[in-house]
Amino acid sequence: MRITKTPVLTALAAGLLLAGCGGATVNNGASTSAPPVSSGTGGGGGDAAAACAPFTLAMNDWVGYTADAAVLTYVAETELGCTVTQTALKEEIAWQGFGNGQVDVIIENWGHPDLVAKYIDEQKVAQNAGPTGNIGTIGWYVPPWMAQKYPDITDWNNLNTYAELFKTSESGEKGQLLDGDPSFVTNDEALVTNLGLNYKVVYAGSEAALITAFDNAEKNKTPMLGYFYAPQWFLSEVPLVKVDLPPYTEGCDADPEKVACDYPEYTLDKIVSTTFANSGSPAADLVKNFTWTNDDQNLVAKYITADKMSPEDAAKTWVEANPDKVAAWLE
Amino acid sequence: MTATLVGPPAAAPAPPARHRAVSVATLAVVGVLALWLLARVLLAGRFTLALDTAGLTPLHRDLNDARDWVDAHRNTNAFFVYFLNYVQLGVEAVGDLVTGLIARSDTGLGIPRIGWLGLVAVGTWIAAAVGGLRVAVLTLAVLLAISLQGLWEPATDTLSLVVSATFFALLVGLPLGVWAGTSDRVHRIVTPVLDVMQILPSFAYLAPLVLVFAIGPASAIVATVVYAAPPVIRITAHGLRQVPPTTREAADSLGATGGQRLRTVLVPMARRTIVMGINQTVMAALSMVTIAALIGAPGLGLTVAQALQKLDVGTAFNAGLAIVLLAICFDRVTTAAGVRAETALRSGRNRRRIRRIALAAGFVAAAVAVQLSRTMLWAAQVPDGLPSIGPSISRGVDTVTSWVQEHFSVITLELKDWFSAAVLNPLESLLTGSPFFMVGLVLVVIAFVAGGWRTAVTALAAVAAMVGLGVWGDAMVTLAATLVATVLVMLVSIPTGVWMGRSRTADRILRPVLDAGQTMPAFVYLVPFLGLFGPSRFTAIVAAIVYAAPAAIKIVADGITRVPAATVEAATANGSTPWQLITTVQLPMSRSAIALAANQGLIYVLSMVVVGALVGAGALGYDVIAGLNQQERFGKGLAAGLTLVVLGILIDRTTQAAARRTRTTATTH
Repeated sequence: MRITKTPVLTALAAGLLLAGCGGATVNNGASTSAPPVSSGTGGGGGDAAAACAPFTLAMNDWVGYTADAAVLTYVAETELGCTVTQTALKEEIAWQGFGNGQVDVIIENWGHPDLVAKYIDEQKVAQNAGPTGNIGTIGWYVPPWMAQKYPDITDWNNLNTYAELFKTSESGEKGQLLDGDPSFVTNDEALVTNLGLNYKVVYAGSEAALITAFDNAEKNKTPMLGYFYAPQWFLSEVPLVKVDLPPYTEGCDADPEKVACDYPEYTLDKIVSTTFANSGSPAADLVKNFTWTNDDQNLVAKYITADKMSPEDAAKTWVEANPDKVAAWLE
Repeated sequence: MTATLVGPPAAAPAPPARHRAVSVATLAVVGVLALWLLARVLLAGRFTLALDTAGLTPLHRDLNDARDWVDAHRNTNAFFVYFLNYVQLGVEAVGDLVTGLIARSDTGLGIPRIGWLGLVAVGTWIAAAVGGLRVAVLTLAVLLAISLQGLWEPATDTLSLVVSATFFALLVGLPLGVWAGTSDRVHRIVTPVLDVMQILPSFAYLAPLVLVFAIGPASAIVATVVYAAPPVIRITAHGLRQVPPTTREAADSLGATGGQRLRTVLVPMARRTIVMGINQTVMAALSMVTIAALIGAPGLGLTVAQALQKLDVGTAFNAGLAIVLLAICFDRVTTAAGVRAETALRSGRNRRRIRRIALAAGFVAAAVAVQLSRTMLWAAQVPDGLPSIGPSISRGVDTVTSWVQEHFSVITLELKDWFSAAVLNPLESLLTGSPFFMVGLVLVVIAFVAGGWRTAVTALAAVAAMVGLGVWGDAMVTLAATLVATVLVMLVSIPTGVWMGRSRTADRILRPVLDAGQTMPAFVYLVPFLGLFGPSRFTAIVAAIVYAAPAAIKIVADGITRVPAATVEAATANGSTPWQLITTVQLPMSRSAIALAANQGLIYVLSMVVVGALVGAGALGYDVIAGLNQQERFGKGLAAGLTLVVLGILIDRTTQAAARRTRTTATTH
């Protein structure tokens, strides 16, 4: 019956195999608490390297965010010698990470007053680290060919006359207004009701589905009305045209069920954990000083998507072309 | 074997009593359907319990409050401080240990303790030890292919997640499975819990898990364990229960104690089944990697999920292919281990000795490789000199998908519109537009006809729960899409399964394709389908078919193969044409397999509901995803997840009862 114990022996042997062999390794020992060495190539941050503690950057999944994060990571690693851990998380979940030290930085935040109230005002585990310089716009868009063919479609008052065009298999007798990722801020159901529009909100369910739909609408010249936002890399490929809703005024969106106005302009900002902000790390100053324009972000985002560069290469390309901006962040 | 001349057994005439029961049942169903249509017309649009996508009920708000309470008391409440936080720390410690060992360490260059060469050698050696030479060669090929694809690093991350999760799943699952296999009471308690664990969409428990265990390895591992533990528990219990009672009695008569009986008789006799349970658990763990990526687990799943954001089908496919390769490798190694558990006992002494010497030599070689990978940089990382096939795979897939989209999207969009208007919309409006008590009554009556009083009571409880959870309207939309998808799955899998069951060549060609369809993460084909069909419910149905059909096809093919050869020969000798043979012999005799295929197809389709919401299915799946992503929708998402479970159990019980009935009416000879 010995042979039947083979799996057990195997496991034991494998265990011994893994446990053995100490000695000098490329890992400088198993569990030293030595400060981690930068994986960057130290572009003149010799002294700063020791002072920069590693930090965790949440990675929300839209490409504009990836662009910001790539540039910040590249500068922090090459100029300051920090180690940056990027963790892919949805917005809401990333905020939860401030409380238990899992997340130090969110580099592009779109408003979220409910989360600000909970984590910044009540629990005090996070702080605002100033605007990124990007202005976020949310609204309803049509593909460019439609705006050319039906110039008055960009006024919401005319949407009902065009509702027929937007009928799809999903919206029944009404026009279809396509929404995207459930994690994005949207008042569209309330807007359709309160503006008396003959439309039905259909939930595509992901950013990818929304972009594919707009892309096909422009390629095949089919009608489409959908939720979209800027800055977004896709706009540099297909310049979608925004439909004007009743103008936004302060507080017109206070009651989510009675909203009848356009989305506000978002001053996108950076959120950092309180411990990171108070750590005195040079990286905390870098995050505070980080600002750039929508064009900057769209360019880096285009490198990543249309030109199929890796985020690191895209960041390197942009940083090398914009030394003055980077220098200003590091002062 | 001489073929005895038995005529093809037509479906044996059922006893008359049975006939009467069936006709009463038919009458009941027809009556209820008539009543339903009447109610649909008279009460059109009333009592439909409709709720806007953005709407909430008081229950959903209460669940939100409960969540806020947990968030605030995580470090003060005793249950957390003395229990849950320890679980989190323990799981994290194991996860970090495995990750540091094979994926990446927190020291120096971030190179793991066992580098590339070492891991390849150890992996191959383990495959040789538990499975034999052939699977060792396969493992080596897979590990090298992944290195060539340029995905070694994410693959080691995925590997460490699967290893850690499998460790915990077996730690919990094996003892529970043994216990459920030896005690009837435990078996009765455990079964419904396992049903819930397997039907509950993983998206639905991501949000609560992150709430309890925070972001990080612990949540990812626990989420994977919840999904991966049920198979090993179920199959282990099943294996122990299959040991013939006479064998148990023999052991008892020799005076064996309970523990001895287990060790010396039950476990050895059920060994092969238990290994199959472990196999299923590993496969389930691997299929969770893309979902775990949503809560920050690094690895191949994350590569797939991020590529989806950029609509980069090629990159997603490349990473998906690596997952498929890993899955095939794990599957073959564990299957071979199960077979060896049987054959090793019978092989000769000499062969055993040769094997042992070979393994010892391999062990030494692996130890050398590990040592090299710990001391030499060239061995610690994937060698630079290797050709890279990843980019060309990506480019090839991109070219193919864009070509297909360009040439077919006009036709496919037409198809989607026609199908939605002709099939999906009528069924959906019938379900969503009828009064809820009427639909509930129909479901209960169908359950009664299928399985008698007990099933009917289950159905009644399920309907009540669905009404209480407050997302009835969405549940009806999801039910309509699920039913349509399941019918389509069966339309695909019966002919394909028959073809595979009748032709060895077809089986050999199709099986790897089916394996790939089952293990390729759905995220990979979502984007191409979006290009073909646009965001719609139909797109989600097509994705569900791709995922569910392979399992159903395999079950049907298995049923056809199991029809006794003598019967088939007899029918052929009697001059049956192939068509007659299929319709009068093979299909009737594999009726219970087909019923089982329908049941499994439904469960698989249901597990795709949430993924389908990413491409426009909306309804329950959308509620679940929104609950994961927005504070105020947490409660509704949880309610939607529970509704999916209730719906799944209702459908599962009804179809299983129906399957049992076909088994009792079909008399096999």
